[in-house]
This record gives sequence, C-alpha cells and structure tokens, in this order.
Amino acid sequence: MTIPSKFELPQGTLDLLILRVVAQGPIHGYAIAQRMQMISKEALQVQQGSLYPALHRLENKNFLVAEWGPTETGREAKFYRLTERGHTQLKTETESWERLTGVVAMILEHPLGEPS
Amino acid sequence: MGLFRRIISLGRRSRLEREAEAELREHMAMCIDDNIAQGMSRAEAERDARRRFGNPRVMRERVSAEDAALGLESLWHDLRSALRVFIKSPGFAFVVVATLALGIGANTAIFEILDAVRLQTLPVANPNQLAELRIIGGIHGFGITDSAFSNFTIPMWQAIKDHHEPFSGIFAWRTSPVRVGSPDQSRNVYGLEVSGDFFNTLGVVPFQGRLIEPQDLTSCEISRVVASYSFWKSQMGGQPITPATTIMAEGKAVQVLGVTPPSFLGLVVGDRFDLAYPTCTPPNPRREVFTYSVMGRLKDGWTLQRASQYFEAFSPGLFDETAPDGYPAQTIKAYKAFRLGANTAGAGVSTLRDQYNASLEILLAITGLVLLIACANLANLLLARASVKRREVAIRMSLGASRGRLLRQILLESALLAATGAFLGAALAQPLSRTLVSSLDTTDNTIHLTITPDWRVLIFAGAVGIATCLLFGTLPALRSSGAEPLTALKSGARGVVGNRERFSVQRAMVITQIAVSMVLLAGALLFVRSYRNLLTLNAGMRESGVLSGGFYFPSERIKPENLGVFKNQIVDEVRAIPGIDNAAAATNTPLSGSTWGHGVDVGNLDGQSRFTYVSPSFFGTLDIPLLSGRNFTDRDTNDSPLVVIVNQSFVRRYIGTASPIGIRVHVRSEPQYPERTYEIVGVVPDTKYSDLREEPQVQSFVPIAQLPVTAQGPGTGMLIASRDPAAAEQAVRQVMQARHPGMQIQFADFQRGILDHLVGDRMMARLAGFFGLLAALLVVVGLHGVLSYFLSQRRSEIGIRIALGASRGRVVASMLGNACVMLAAGLAIGAVLTVFASRGAGTLLFGLKPWDPPTLLAAAALLAVVTVVASLIPSLRAAHVNPIDSLRAE
Repeated sequence: MTIPSKFELPQGTLDLLILRVVAQGPIHGYAIAQRMQMISKEALQVQQGSLYPALHRLENKNFLVAEWGPTETGREAKFYRLTERGHTQLKTETESWERLTGVVAMILEHPLGEPS
Repeated sequence: MGLFRRIISLGRRSRLEREAEAELREHMAMCIDDNIAQGMSRAEAERDARRRFGNPRVMRERVSAEDAALGLESLWHDLRSALRVFIKSPGFAFVVVATLALGIGANTAIFEILDAVRLQTLPVANPNQLAELRIIGGIHGFGITDSAFSNFTIPMWQAIKDHHEPFSGIFAWRTSPVRVGSPDQSRNVYGLEVSGDFFNTLGVVPFQGRLIEPQDLTSCEISRVVASYSFWKSQMGGQPITPATTIMAEGKAVQVLGVTPPSFLGLVVGDRFDLAYPTCTPPNPRREVFTYSVMGRLKDGWTLQRASQYFEAFSPGLFDETAPDGYPAQTIKAYKAFRLGANTAGAGVSTLRDQYNASLEILLAITGLVLLIACANLANLLLARASVKRREVAIRMSLGASRGRLLRQILLESALLAATGAFLGAALAQPLSRTLVSSLDTTDNTIHLTITPDWRVLIFAGAVGIATCLLFGTLPALRSSGAEPLTALKSGARGVVGNRERFSVQRAMVITQIAVSMVLLAGALLFVRSYRNLLTLNAGMRESGVLSGGFYFPSERIKPENLGVFKNQIVDEVRAIPGIDNAAAATNTPLSGSTWGHGVDVGNLDGQSRFTYVSPSFFGTLDIPLLSGRNFTDRDTNDSPLVVIVNQSFVRRYIGTASPIGIRVHVRSEPQYPERTYEIVGVVPDTKYSDLREEPQVQSFVPIAQLPVTAQGPGTGMLIASRDPAAAEQAVRQVMQARHPGMQIQFADFQRGILDHLVGDRMMARLAGFFGLLAALLVVVGLHGVLSYFLSQRRSEIGIRIALGASRGRVVASMLGNACVMLAAGLAIGAVLTVFASRGAGTLLFGLKPWDPPTLLAAAALLAVVTVVASLIPSLRAAHVNPIDSLRAE
C-alpha cells in the first residue's frame, strides 16, 4: 500500500532535516517528527523507525546532545540541542545540499533537445 | 581517543538501551495523547501509535544496530566471538596458550636465576667499589683451607689490615656455624664472623640497634652478636632490641647489639647468615690455616688495576713475614712466591656461580630454543587456521562485512591468544624459578636467592610470542581480505590461490621444529645419560645403608697419646651394638667433597697423595677388598712400626710393576704432622675419593692409632653400616649416651650426602629431559596440524586419484612420503646443529663425550617415530577419503 503524497527521503537527508529542526532550539524526538510533518504540510511523514536510530547516530557523532526534561504537557522527554559540531555540520550539509539541488535543478531545467 | 571512548561506552550500553526505551515509551504516550485529542477512542489511539512506532524491541535493535555501524559495540562483540571461537576449538586454544606460557615462563625463570646468581650486586652502598683480595692463581693445596672463600690466614690478615693504601676501608670475614640454645637443646645456625670494619665499610645500615664496630673485637669467646633480619623475626620474635637483649649462643647468654636490614644476607650469593659475631686474635694463630676472605672499598681514584699493583708490590714482605714453620724449604719457597691481587666483589662471592653458571647458560639456551619451537608451532597452527578461515572470510565479505572489521576480529583473536599465553607465562615465571632453585637444595644446604621479577625478559619473551601470533595470525587474513571474495569462494577449501607458497612456509616451519627438537632431544638424552652414569657409577665401596657421623668427646679429657686407642675402642663399642653390620673411624669421609693430603717421596719419585687415617674396620665397613698384603690391626699404633695401605693408583704412580709390599713411603713434614716413613703393608683397589666425577686419586690409608699425636683431636668421623640406618642411629645414640655422657654425635646419610653432590646434574637431567619431551610433543602437534591442512587442501585431488584407481596404500605412502622428506631435512639440519650446540655441554657431562653417536642416533630415531606417528593419523584419514563425497563438494 503506497500513499503517493508521501515519499522516501534520499539517504542522509533525514540527518540534515533533523539538524535543521533541532537548530531552532531544544526539542524532543516526537516533536521533531511532528514539526517536520507540519512544516512540510504533511508531505513528509517521518518514519519513527528511522527517526530514533538517526537521533542516536547524531548524538554519538556529537552533533547533538540530549537532556531529559519536562514537556509542556508534563511528560518527561529527551530534549535535543545542537552542539558546536552540529552547527558546523548543519552549515556544511546545507551548503552541499544546496549545491547538489542547484546542480540537479540546472540539469533538469535545461530545455530538452538543446545542445549544451 | 575514539577507541577509548568506545571502551568506556561499553559499560554504558545497558543504560543507553534503557534510556532509548524510556524515550520511546514517552513518545508513544505523546502520540496517543495527540490521537485522543484529535478525537480517536483510546483503543484506536493506542493501535495507531503502535502502528507508527512499530515493535519496541525491533526499534531498540535498530538503535543498537546504529551503534554497531559506528563500531561502538563491535569491540566487545568481537572479543566475545573470539572467545566463542576458542571455546569451540579448545584444543587449539589450549595448545597455543600452553606453548606460549611455557616458553615465556621458562625463559623468564631461568634468566631470573641467572641474574640473581651472576649479575645482581650486593645490597650495600656503591657495590662497584668493593674489591676482594685473593692470592693470584690460588694456593695450590697449601696448608688447610676452611671453605671456598678462605683465602687468608689470620697472620696474613693482621699484616694486610694495616697496609691498605688503595682502600678506604678493609675487612675480613668468614662463615662458621654458631651453636645457639641451651646446652641440652642446642643447634647450629649460620654464623658470620666479621672484623670491626665489616659493616662500616660495606655501608650496611642497622635495622635495629647498632652493628659490630671495631671496639667490639675483644675476646675470643663470643660475647656480642648481630642478628640477621630473618633470624630476628623468626627466632627472636621480632622484639625491639634493647641493651638487655641477649641470646643463648655457644652455651652462654650473649648480648644482641642489633639487627641487619632484610635485604642483607651476607656476602655469599645463595647463602644467608643468622648471627654475625666479631673476629678475635688468638695468641698463637696457626699460620697454615686459611680462614678469612678479605675485602675492601676502593678509594676514589683507585682502580682495581692500580690496587692490584699496590698489593703485588706489598706481597713479598707480607709472605716473608707470615710464612709458617714445619714445612720443607721447597714448600716455603712456593709460599713466599704468592702474590696478592684485587678482584671485583660488587656481586659478592659465590660457589653457585662457578657451580651452576654453565648449567644455567645451557638451560637459558634450551628455553630459548623451546620458545623458538613454540613460536614456529604457533605460526603453523595459526597459518593452518587462517587457511580454514579463508572461506569464512570470503563469505562474510561477500555478505557485506567491512574489510577492516574482519581484520580487526582476526587480529583480536590472535592478540587474545597471545596475551593469555604471555600472561600465564608471566605468572608461571616466579613459581618456576623458585621450584628450580629449591630443586638445588640439599640436606643441609638451602639456597637463598633474591629472585626478582625481571620485566625486561618477560617483556622480551612476551613480545616475541605476541608478535608471532599477530604476524602469523593476521598476515594470511590480510591477504585473504585482499583477495576477491569470489575467487576465494570458488577455490574454497581446495585452495588453488597462493597456497603453495603458504604451504612451503609451513613446511619450513616444521623442518625448523624438527631440527631444533633434535638439538633439544639430543641434549636431553646427553644430560639424562650423564646423570644415569653418575648414579650407577661404581664408587668402589658400599654406599647404601651407611651412616656417616661425627663423634666429639672433648669432655672425656683423654690425653692426646691415648686418643688413637680410644677411637678404636669407640669403634669396637659401636660394632658390638646389635643390628650394626660394621663401623669404622676415619679422618675424612669419602665423597663428601673435603680432601686431605701430604707430600710424599717414594724411592726417587716425589709428589702428593691423599691421606685418610682409618680404624682397621674401615675397608670391611665400606666393602673395599684388600688386593694384596694385610689389613690393619688394633696392634698398629704409634708404638709399633708405621704402616700404610695404598691404592692401585698409588702403585701405578710411584711403584710400577714391582711388588709394593714392604716399600717405604716418606711423608714430608708440615705443621702438626712431623716427617715420617711408613711401610706399605697392603694394596686396595681405586675408590672414588672426594667427588664422583674425578679421575682416580692417589690414596694412602694409615691406621688412625698412628695419627701423629700432635694431630690427634677429641673427635672423629664415623662410618656405620647397617641394614636399618634409622634404628642404628637410635641405638648408637643410646649406647654412647649411656657410656660417654657429654659425647656429641651428628649423623648424616652417607648415600644421601653423595647424591647431594649431584643436584646440579639432576636438575640438568630433569629440565633438559622435560624440555626435550616438550619439544617432541610440539613437533607432533605441529606436524599433525600441517598434514591435516595439507590433506584438507588436497582432498579432492586424492578423491580423484582414488576414483581413478589409486590404491589407498599409495595415498598413505604419498602422505607419509611428504612427512619423511620434512623429517629427513629436519634431522640433517638438526644433526649439524647438535654437533655445534653440544660442545658447550662438554664440561657438564660425565662419562660421555658431547659428540656421542648413539645419543644422536637415539634422538633421531625418537624423532622419526614421533614424526611417523604424528603423520599416520592424517595419512590414514586421507586413505579413507570417499571419492564421491570429495568430488561432490566441488
């Protein structure tokens, strides 16, 4: 069963998106997924199954640090923050993503049948 | 850094897991809350959350998988899988670990002993400044010598102590037993007689109280002593020393001045002392009795050489002044020609060093070879294993395992083996060296060595073992990881790729092993045979069931001229005791290591002869037959003609073919022994005199009642033959106590005393034998491993051959042929090596030449048998290869 409006993220993109979302301030995992869904206007349904391993990975790479704290609804949750390294990583990843999409767009937008 | 963090994180694992679980739980709860807020029923909300989050366990595993991908968890995982591998093949792991442990442990142990005996300096201040004075070239049997370290007479010491320009301090010392305890329950302890500056010059600081100082040299009766730390601890309860502290010594209470520090055991390596006491100057010291060792501390700016020159220049005056009387002019001339020399003494003095140096060096070489074989064996085992693993590696790589990861695992396996082996080896070293040292203990001599763990050797031996493991455990893996998985998989266990080369490495290893084992086995056989030769040697006299004893009777107060007759009387009393076969008095116990001799003139020949003064029952007691002439009788005394019985060597040396009976033997004078002429009345065969190894000695026997009156003392050595020595000892003590109260009696087992002289040979035989067998065993393991590998490589080839009609006999023959080629090469190299190596053992062997063809042949034969047995099993397995099975495996 496939839902056309939802698609698979290219490999490695999820990490970038998480870093971007976390960059806005401390946030817990569930909220990260919620926020991505919201910003993408429900186009991106983040798989919980990929989110947690990714968070764990980013934490181990020292891009994120986490701390337990109370949520607005009074539950305990692990809040993630960007580290110095995380900020740098976000910057370089964003740049390379922009370059990549730029290049991809350049090629895709090139009119068909026209020699370069 | 990364690795460090990983190792730390290992312990965090379960905590992390719990945390991940808690996080998920909370998030699921949030999800359910949201769902309910959006209007779902509770059950619906939960179902939706479960759908979104999936199985919590699966999630947790995915998180862990992240860890694994980062290499966090894998070290521990690899370690566990390596352990699993060893648990699955315990034989392999055991052989590797045991081989390494023994190789490393034995090497370290032997080196530690060698170091303690030879290299360690005395625990005193600046030991390198210490020098010992000795007469250059020794004294050639002049006079009477107390012990191996008795280089000077008392008059000599008195002359030297005032003339020691090169030394800032000088002292004399000797070892001599001290009787401690109350008179009825006294026992001997190790005494150390020292001159006033002994402790000052050495720079030994008292542990308690004070040590002996020059003002303590007062009388010749022991009045004050210094205790060693161990004696103070064990015998004096470690109580603080006060001016009132005394101990019973030599029958009276003497003051204990202080205690020496625990590290100070005296100056004799391997020895210790219990009580030190001051020297004294008797009114008329004997000028021919060598008593003291003299040492000094070199002043700054003086070298040994300059000091030697000084003492050499001082020598003529010294020896002129101290020459004893009562010797022929010729002997005195030789005495006056003695010269002093200074020798290094920083490592103390030692008979152990001379006695066991060669043995220890050979043992070190042997253990070195064992380590070499062990490493060759390891290399082989690991290589064989690597080839088995090759297929596994290929499969895992094709399944996506990273090269680095695989390498790490294989490296870890090797390292784990090596580390375990090295660790056990280190643990083994100390007990091994202790056992070894205590195996050299004799009935009345215990060796005290400070064996310190020697990290240099341990690290060296450990590094060799570990390097072997890593090299041979990892290199093949490296190569297979470089190979295309597909090629490796295709060739599989059948090995087409590069195995010829590796197999030739293995063959070289086996050949090395056989060659080195041949050296070790030949060495083992040499030492075992040499020891056997000594044990079975016919000393020419009765050895078993004989007690050797010392009887002292100063309290009987017998006039010297009657002592000879009294000794014969005691002998008769002992002989009359029921259960005793025979008994004899003798001034020297055969094969005890001590000697006594006089200069003799027979006809116009002059020279030396050993002299023993014995009761008439001596030859009967020791079952020495009389070849011609008559035995002594009780009527042979100082009042009758002087008679002597000589041995065959005496006859050969001084008489030749003429009849010896009636020939006169002129004995030269020396202090207490006036010039005399004896008449030969009998001849006995050659018997061993002081040591089993010696060539037959020229010996003379004189009736004990004809011992010069001036030389008679209130004591005698005794030899008592009986069927039950323990009962005899009891009976003799009882009878003597009743008849001669106050007589002191000591007993020892004659045969045990002889065997005690062979402890060095016994050690060599045992250790060389042990290592020889170990080497042979390692050959079995190595060969079996290689042939099994060979078989696994050629299984399909053999299958095809059998399918094409080759007989199983031929298959076995070809496998065995392979082994025999290696055997022949190994033996040839080994024989050459043995001939070179065994030269070093020459002086240690008895009744054998190091180049002993039967021994070499036996070693070769033994190895051949071992080789064939080791190869038979894989060969027979080859013969039973089922062609269908092996071909189907293609």
